[in-house]
Amino acid sequence: MARISGVDLPRDKRVEIGLTYIFGIGLATSQRLLGETGVNPNTRVRDLSDAEVARLRQMIERSVRVEGSLRTEIAMNIKRLMDIGSYRGSRHRKGLPVRGQRTHTNARTKKGPRRAIAGKKKATKK
Amino acid sequence: MGRSIKKGPYVQEALLKKVQVLNSKTGKQVVKTWSRASTILPEFVGHTFGVHNGNKFVPVYVTENMVGHKLGEFSPTRVFKGHSGKLVADKKAKPE
Repeated sequence: MARISGVDLPRDKRVEIGLTYIFGIGLATSQRLLGETGVNPNTRVRDLSDAEVARLRQMIERSVRVEGSLRTEIAMNIKRLMDIGSYRGSRHRKGLPVRGQRTHTNARTKKGPRRAIAGKKKATKK
Repeated sequence: MGRSIKKGPYVQEALLKKVQVLNSKTGKQVVKTWSRASTILPEFVGHTFGVHNGNKFVPVYVTENMVGHKLGEFSPTRVFKGHSGKLVADKKAKPE
């Protein structure tokens, strides 16, 4: 059982991919970590030896911010923007796109599902 | 894309000069500026700027957290009062 920074890794996948199940580790970071610890990226997670797991765990603890602490950092950054009263902060507060995208249409990722507007007539087809 | 380090942060020269004069004295006063694109430098902390938003000068008190942002970020240029519609019209007709 490979459990690193509070996440169970999928046992049947290659370590290279398995590590990316940890929040804060993508493929690039994963490959770097495996290179630094000298673990073969092609071994399956279930075939990792205890020593290798321990080495990976230590390396991750030392060199990358993952999971909870990364999430707090991101939340703090957003909170800072809101507290100093910047434009980006106000966009976060309103739940609208922050980086100048259009909001006339689209922007559904940020705004969430469409809400019906009371009293708005539907466009009729010609 | 960030600005190249070689150039350093952009600050309107006249603005920088004004702040430096203010820093050499003790007195503090509002510095009016149109230069929304100027970066906030550590020297600016504690000053109040009147940042133009196209209509008037919005007072911006600079704190440590704002360093590295641009002055214009703190002076919104648009006013959104909400959409029109039945709900809004009702509220306007009968304010409580």
